[in-house]
Amino acid sequence: MSLIVKRITRITVSLIFLFGVYIVMHGHLTPGGGFAGGVIIALSFIHLVLAFGKEEALKRLKESTVSIVESIGGLMFLGIALLGLFGGYFFLNILAKGKPFHLFSSGIIILCNIAIFLKVGAGLFAIFIALAVFRMPVSDNEEAGSNPKGIGPEDTFKRGPKK
Amino acid sequence: MSLYVLCFILFAIGIYCLLVKKNLVKKVVGLGIAEYAINLFFILLGYRPGAEAPILDPNRVITDFVDPLPQALILTSIVIGLGVTALMVAIVVRLYEKYKTFDIDEIRRLRG
Amino acid sequence: MLPIFVIIPLGCAFLMPIAGKLRQGFCQVLANICGLSLLFFSLNSIHWLKSGLKIYYLGGWQPPFGICMVLDGLTVLMLLVVNIIGSMSLLYSVDYIRKFTSPAFYYTLFCLLLAGLNGMVISGDLFNLFVFLEITSIASYSLVAFGTEAEELEAAFKYLVLGSVASSLILLAIGMLLGHVSTLNMADISRSLSNSAAPDLVFYCLALFIAGFALKSGLVPFHAWLADAHPAAPAPMSAMLSGVVIKTMGVYALCRVIFNIIGFNSAVSSVLTWLGIISMAIGVLLAIGQWDFKRLLAYHSISQIGYVVFGIGLGTPLGIAGGLFHLFNHSLFKSLLFLNSGSVEFSTATRRLDKLGGLSSQMPVTSATSLVASLSIAGIPPLCGFWSKLLIIIAAFQANNFIGGWVCIAVAMVTLASFLKVQKYAFNRKAKEVSSNIKEVPFFMLLAMVVLAILCIAIGLWFWPFMELVITPAANVLLEGTNYAKSILGV
Repeated sequence: MSLIVKRITRITVSLIFLFGVYIVMHGHLTPGGGFAGGVIIALSFIHLVLAFGKEEALKRLKESTVSIVESIGGLMFLGIALLGLFGGYFFLNILAKGKPFHLFSSGIIILCNIAIFLKVGAGLFAIFIALAVFRMPVSDNEEAGSNPKGIGPEDTFKRGPKK
Repeated sequence: MSLYVLCFILFAIGIYCLLVKKNLVKKVVGLGIAEYAINLFFILLGYRPGAEAPILDPNRVITDFVDPLPQALILTSIVIGLGVTALMVAIVVRLYEKYKTFDIDEIRRLRG
Repeated sequence: MLPIFVIIPLGCAFLMPIAGKLRQGFCQVLANICGLSLLFFSLNSIHWLKSGLKIYYLGGWQPPFGICMVLDGLTVLMLLVVNIIGSMSLLYSVDYIRKFTSPAFYYTLFCLLLAGLNGMVISGDLFNLFVFLEITSIASYSLVAFGTEAEELEAAFKYLVLGSVASSLILLAIGMLLGHVSTLNMADISRSLSNSAAPDLVFYCLALFIAGFALKSGLVPFHAWLADAHPAAPAPMSAMLSGVVIKTMGVYALCRVIFNIIGFNSAVSSVLTWLGIISMAIGVLLAIGQWDFKRLLAYHSISQIGYVVFGIGLGTPLGIAGGLFHLFNHSLFKSLLFLNSGSVEFSTATRRLDKLGGLSSQMPVTSATSLVASLSIAGIPPLCGFWSKLLIIIAAFQANNFIGGWVCIAVAMVTLASFLKVQKYAFNRKAKEVSSNIKEVPFFMLLAMVVLAILCIAIGLWFWPFMELVITPAANVLLEGTNYAKSILGV
């Protein structure tokens, strides 16, 4: 990618990340919540991949870290739901519900939002990395035009090292 | 009422594309269109004429909202659709690696 | 303490990637702890039911505002089916997974599958049922494609397309029902439908539900995906697919919606019995000419599910009891047959019947359990399959459905012929090339197969106590129909 894109990406990645965190934290006051915020945060990492390439982004966030963050997100959600058992029912809202329209009101909803954002963000980034590893198979004696029905990727889709 | 009929027509277009088209990537797009049509149908169920979006406001008292239950159900359904689409695209990518074509007529080693 | 059936497999599924990185064998231990504890709790649930219907309100919210989980007779039967076959498949996979490269992914997907199946069975809320159905579907699509060879990917893609169409039809039907009654609790929907009847809407929703659930369960004419998906999956997953998933996602959900929410009438009865008759006949006719072991078993699954739907569609107490008993029996012996075919493939690396032979001397335990399962599916007394088929045939003749009764008898004879062929070609005849390195399979695979075979024989010998303990409460739940609402809501 060109220099302009790389320069602007340095600024916008942190802004997108901050916006995603805002949407997650205010999930009980404004529309959004865990899933939408998680998607936006995954998008900030994908922005890095698009601008700098896969290796640069993977230096910031390794694949094994992504897998562990995803599991921790799921386990945190299950743990919060199990905490409700102390109040008698699974998934009961047992933390303090403060005054409405404040940031720290409505009990466990904000913690659940954070757990969901961890899982969804890490999961979407892992899906993107797994699909981006794929390289179209390019061999010497096979071109895209040899497919008689003409259904297949065009020449422009070929990437990867020429043999 | 006519909006619901348009939703069904969109769903029918999506299912047609999913079942009839021969290119694998077009089938993925068809499934996406069918999912959008169902999500749209659900949200339209909750519409009440002359009502507002279901967000509480500390400054004023609002008496009529649209129904927020279908909106919560659709969030779940959109996430499920994302999962299925991701899985479908991954399988299509791997199928291309093995069979070297996207044409569904050529991918027919299983018979009988 | 009902959510435990969902908490245990979900927790294990989330822990599995971390466990897989710590030590190599740790994920096997964790998965088997999960499976065996689920089995223990589901055997306990028979005892919980003795003190009446159990309802659990999630989060303390009362219905119809909150989601509730219900334990009644039909739930206990399905919990037994899901967890017995699930735990035995997990035991079997301990050694079988050596053929594949990433056991952590396999166990994660399998635990998610178990979580989805258990959640679907105990759910008392229609959209909750749909969410768990989707979790089960996505896990099963991924597990069918697990080997990532060419045929497996093709089968998984076909299964994915048809399964997504089914899920969209079911979601559309739920949406239309929601628009009319504005509630999602199953008991509340049935109460609202009996208060304000809308026969056109209910007819349309019923058509969509039957189409969606019949696609999920592989009835004819919706069976195109089954013959490709069941052979392509790894053997324990085939056992789960054919023995549990098509029954839970298809037959159980159909019964819940038709009997307890919408109500049973003669039009639905005739649709279900005709679907059953056609599936029985076409399934077994397609199975006769097969030479691939697992593909033959998959076609026989279509025919046996036809028996179950025919029995339930008759609507009489004997018919419903016969159908539910056949559901339980079929899960036992079909899973055992698929595990046997997996063992044969593990030792000899082939699935074609015309290339096998003489295995009864080299793999004695596998051939003995396969004999038990084949006799059971063909309906030979005193094994379990005989009693359930007898009940369905008697119920068919009592309900004056003579076509169905004669088709049942004819299909049973053709099934017997087909499985005699399997036994002869795979196990009993002289081998063409004697290869001396075919050994019996490792210990855990043998243990799973032997336990299932013992269950087949035991339920065949002591079928009357089993029927009174488990099947009769389940049949009563379906027979009381829309009175289900009164039991749940207390009104």
